[in-house]
Amino acid sequence: MAAAATPTTAGADGLGDRLSRGALIRRRFFRNKLAVFGLCVIIFMFFMAFVGPYFSQWNYYENDFENLLKPPSSSHWFGTTQIGVDVFAQTMRGLQKSLIIGLLVAIFSTGLSAFIGSVAGYLGGRTDRAIMWVVDLLLVIPSLLVLVILSRYYQGKSWLLLVVGLTIFDWMITSRVVRGLAMSLRERDFVRAARYMGVPTRTIIARHLLPNMASIIIIAATLNVGGAILGETGLSYLGFGVQAPDVSLGTLIAEGTGAALTYPWLFMFAGASLVLTVLSVSFIGDGLRDAFDPGSSKSKKI
Amino acid sequence: MSTSTTHKNLIEIRDLSVTFPSEAGTVQAVRNVSLDIRAGEVLGIVGESGSGKTVMSLSMIGLLAESAKITGTITYDGVNLLSLNDNEMSKYRGKDIAMVFQDPLSALNPVHTIGRQIAEALHIHSDISKEAALARAVELLEIVGIPRPAERAQSYPHEFSGGMRQRVMIALAIANQPKVILADEPTTALDVTVQAQILDVLKTARDMTGAAVVLVTHDLGVVAGLADRVAIMYGGKVVEIGNVDEVYASPAMPYTIGLLRSIPRIDGAESSRLTSIDGAPPSPVALPPGCAFAPRCPAAAPQCDASVPALVSISPTRMTACVRQTEIAGLQSSGKLFVEGPRHIAQSSSTDAVALEVRSLKKTFPLMKGSVLRRRVGSVYAVDGVDLVLREGRSLALVGESGCGKTTTLLEILNMVAPEAGIITVLGRNVAELSKKQRLEMRKDLQIVFQDPFASLDPRLPIGDAIAEPLANFGMPKAEQNQRVMELLELVGLQRDHASRYPSEFSGGQRQRIAIARALALNPKVIALDEPVSALDVSVRAGVLNLLAELQEKLNLSYLFVSHDLAVVQHVADDIAVMYLGGIVESGPVDEVFARPQHPYTQALLSAVPIPDPKVERVRKRIILQGDLPSPANPPTGCRFHTRCHVRATLSPELAAKCVSDRPELTSRKSSRVACHAPLN
Amino acid sequence: MLGYILRRLLNTIVMVIIASTAGYFLASTALFPRGNYEAANPPIPKESIDAVLDRSNVNDETPLLERYGTWASHVVRGDFGLDLDGNRINEEFSRRIWVSLRLLVIGSIIGATIGVLVGVVSAVRQYKLFDRGFSLAAYFLLSTPVFLLAILLKFGGIKFNDWIGSTFFFTQGEYSAGFEGTDFEFFVNRLQHLILPTLSIALGSIAFYSRYQRNSMLDVLSSDHLRTARAKGLTKRQSLFRHGLRVAISPMATFFAYGFGLLIAGAAFTETIYGWFGMGQWFITAVAKNDINSVTAVVTFTSVLVLFSGFLADVVLVALDPRVRSR
Repeated sequence: MAAAATPTTAGADGLGDRLSRGALIRRRFFRNKLAVFGLCVIIFMFFMAFVGPYFSQWNYYENDFENLLKPPSSSHWFGTTQIGVDVFAQTMRGLQKSLIIGLLVAIFSTGLSAFIGSVAGYLGGRTDRAIMWVVDLLLVIPSLLVLVILSRYYQGKSWLLLVVGLTIFDWMITSRVVRGLAMSLRERDFVRAARYMGVPTRTIIARHLLPNMASIIIIAATLNVGGAILGETGLSYLGFGVQAPDVSLGTLIAEGTGAALTYPWLFMFAGASLVLTVLSVSFIGDGLRDAFDPGSSKSKKI
Repeated sequence: MSTSTTHKNLIEIRDLSVTFPSEAGTVQAVRNVSLDIRAGEVLGIVGESGSGKTVMSLSMIGLLAESAKITGTITYDGVNLLSLNDNEMSKYRGKDIAMVFQDPLSALNPVHTIGRQIAEALHIHSDISKEAALARAVELLEIVGIPRPAERAQSYPHEFSGGMRQRVMIALAIANQPKVILADEPTTALDVTVQAQILDVLKTARDMTGAAVVLVTHDLGVVAGLADRVAIMYGGKVVEIGNVDEVYASPAMPYTIGLLRSIPRIDGAESSRLTSIDGAPPSPVALPPGCAFAPRCPAAAPQCDASVPALVSISPTRMTACVRQTEIAGLQSSGKLFVEGPRHIAQSSSTDAVALEVRSLKKTFPLMKGSVLRRRVGSVYAVDGVDLVLREGRSLALVGESGCGKTTTLLEILNMVAPEAGIITVLGRNVAELSKKQRLEMRKDLQIVFQDPFASLDPRLPIGDAIAEPLANFGMPKAEQNQRVMELLELVGLQRDHASRYPSEFSGGQRQRIAIARALALNPKVIALDEPVSALDVSVRAGVLNLLAELQEKLNLSYLFVSHDLAVVQHVADDIAVMYLGGIVESGPVDEVFARPQHPYTQALLSAVPIPDPKVERVRKRIILQGDLPSPANPPTGCRFHTRCHVRATLSPELAAKCVSDRPELTSRKSSRVACHAPLN
Repeated sequence: MLGYILRRLLNTIVMVIIASTAGYFLASTALFPRGNYEAANPPIPKESIDAVLDRSNVNDETPLLERYGTWASHVVRGDFGLDLDGNRINEEFSRRIWVSLRLLVIGSIIGATIGVLVGVVSAVRQYKLFDRGFSLAAYFLLSTPVFLLAILLKFGGIKFNDWIGSTFFFTQGEYSAGFEGTDFEFFVNRLQHLILPTLSIALGSIAFYSRYQRNSMLDVLSSDHLRTARAKGLTKRQSLFRHGLRVAISPMATFFAYGFGLLIAGAAFTETIYGWFGMGQWFITAVAKNDINSVTAVVTFTSVLVLFSGFLADVVLVALDPRVRSR
């Protein structure tokens, strides 16, 4: 569409009362119904997962031998399992795990990809080609399979190792995006101007590159949370992720599937929480993307 | 030029208003415009950004976005085009009304051959066989001047040069003998010499079809040569319309007056002054209540803000939208209207001190193919032996068309490292001998202003910080920095309290001033400017040019300009170096070179620059260069220009052969230096 | 062009070698086949254990590099060695590869074609019911992990069977064991076993492709050359199909490579849940059994598949977009 359709906020007068960029972004975000929905649901999820258990009278490892395999009731909100464990407490515990792991993996992998991507993109040349070759290689190596193999190393140990494993295989795609961004920023005049002023490279990256990439990185991180949660639950489902006695939504679904046709509450709540969580994270991520850059949102969705 | 003696109106636009919804508010692109397009005439619609000219042309062909709200009527052949649905309107598009767009690369389908795309235009509106359509397509390609048309019809758009692609667009437009051809900025994306070629093709197209041409552009020079009538648009309205000779000779609306006087002209006297117009064109989201030009108009009075002025006739052939127009002429002559800018006085070279010198500079880029494992298949000889001398206190303009290597030369100089070949001397020191520390010190004396004011400032930094960045880099204490930033803002004509604002809050012209302030921060001696005004609106350019002239005098700066706009160069530069395909073909004092060009390329370049004066433009003899710019990866042997040289055809066989075999050196001749075996004059 | 293909091939081969080597080392260090036998009761003599391990070249007392050397020398000749029970891996491989490929190929074709179609229609009818409906569905599908989807479909199938009173959807295996009937009936039986698993992986694919296609289509819809097509006199619909489609679809070729990788991961889950004896299911059981050679064989297979799909994507891209050809 011709340039006349896009309004410029530039004009000699009346500029002081324009909304600041931050306020503009917030306004756009909150006008997006799906994004707001997502935000509310996520906040609710976090609340339920971490505060909810305090309201329930049962712990996730307690057995109520009088109420085995009972459907949802007022004392057991989500019902009970075959050995009398309160499904609500269990689900919340699993949700906690999945949420934390998802968050941590997203933060670390996005951080890693931001660093590697900007170095590769800004420096270019051989460094870039070498790094990208490694990225391609890691993309070829089937991550699920490798994580399954690696699970041997963290069986019986802390789930933090799982976080490390997931991070190692999650950063590649985002790093490509960051790299592309860094490369285009590098050619922008204001970066050139800084170079010709003699500003050292690390200062340029910190002062000019990173703030301009911040919005993309935040969006990527948000969307990565969803991907990380899906990855973790998948592994846990197969038995190669979070290990007993710890619980994750994936393990819960695995346990609950067997009897699910007759006792749906055994896995339904875990499944629903999983889908809802990832869904709302996706809504938020897309909402952020539209808020930061309403016009150009089209091609970067995952 | 055709004078339409019969004023048969082909298209009648009445009370057209177009608005778009947007986040920032309603965009009023076109406000209540009434206009006639007469059969066979060429109507120029001139305006800057936000004037609504493009929306006008798109509404005539019915290609506005879905979200546009349109009121009013556009009558063609008794039918109101705006009342038609898409299927009905499609019958008119490409047949009665055709359009040529601005950017031919994105306008053509990248995966279809050219021949197929033209044949399609024919198939849509007539029952023609495949062979006949293809044959006609080849014919059309020939008419618009594409060499070897039958062969090239099988090529894809990306295999053509920009000028060729635009010819293809014109061929598409005339394929079905339209009655109206709409051309939206058809030459804006093209080089000056190519622009001349394309305007020629447009003329041919018009003569062949007898169609009316609506030429939408921001360039008053382009319109002067082609148009019969011209309409000036500002803030979504037509503010002046009339015969092209009259409007240029005696403009009636203050905006037109200011505009015509703010444009540098290539035939202007060396000491001509540019009138600058304050402010910037209004945004279509925030239009003033009354006359859109009132905030910038030196003749503004309270009644101007009261209501939007209507377009009224002041003579049988002229209409104007200004409530004070009866007084304008009087104000004009008494000098109370527009104030002329400072005159540019060429600094006499009282000192022979050389600020910048370049000898035999070469820069070659490897030509890479393949995406995964890249390998070098050749070289791009971007800069191939360039000599430049910039004396202290003077301005040197490096001129050439796109791809000639001028920007590369500039960046090579700014890098201040030993070049691939040749010597770069900055303020007397050979850059190859500088240590890292010395280089950093020298950076204080050589700064740059970039072309695009929107891209040269970090959108995340408040402008105060952007200006202070060079100061901070060299360790100036914070308090001193602030002080200096305030000084600089005042120096470039901005307000001190704007320092905490962000670049997006400023207009293009203001941002360029900020970039200039940043360049001045460290008190440099030399400033390099890469097309400093090309990206700005026309009415804003003069202000920035005048500022640059002032600063040069005040601070004894030396300027190295890089530009493709010869009119601007004529106005601001003392010396000029003309570049072609990586080499300097002519250099010398600007007046000399412009008045008596010695190199055929310079001559062709000068003849191609449009002059905003219809009488002059119409009778100008243009030298149209044949062919395309050769690729810098595969430059011609001998003289780089010989493949397109119009003088070579007139030379004796031995001399002509020499042009092919020997590359001419840049030698002194009269008061300039030329690289030609058969220089002119 | 030929040179480009050769160079790509070389790069691919190098990557396969590295990927499978990495897989081998990882498997050899992480898996502990000796442990399978050490826990036996009554205890098995060490020499017997060693013999079994040596037979498959997975004895941890042999230096790793030596084992690798042996393994590699066999692999280049196309022999992936023996599993812990002494069976030839190649045989297992050739049986299972078809199972997985059937699932993957059908799933990806369905996923890509329907996904592209949905994406195109969504873009053309932007913000209308179709678009909104499918967009929401896509969001849900993309938020549901494959295993959950597979389970839900399985249950849905069982419930449906109950509802109509007969078995329409089969949820275990590729075909009914001991089936007797004509070839056509056998084919139909296979189809009935195929629907749900294919749907499990295809649905995610559809959602994935439709999102990207929609975006690509929207870009093209507002592109300049579509406007030119309309300026020539084509109606909106005509210009869309004649000019927009091909340009909008070509970026999907690059996504295909990445999408295929996701598909493979999904297949592992699907095979396990539906009881298909494919590569994915083999892998999971092999890891549980500490069978190093099998594990490495699957890793190699998967890498080759991913690389091949990337290569295919490039070929398709070059065919669709002449601009790429001259690069």
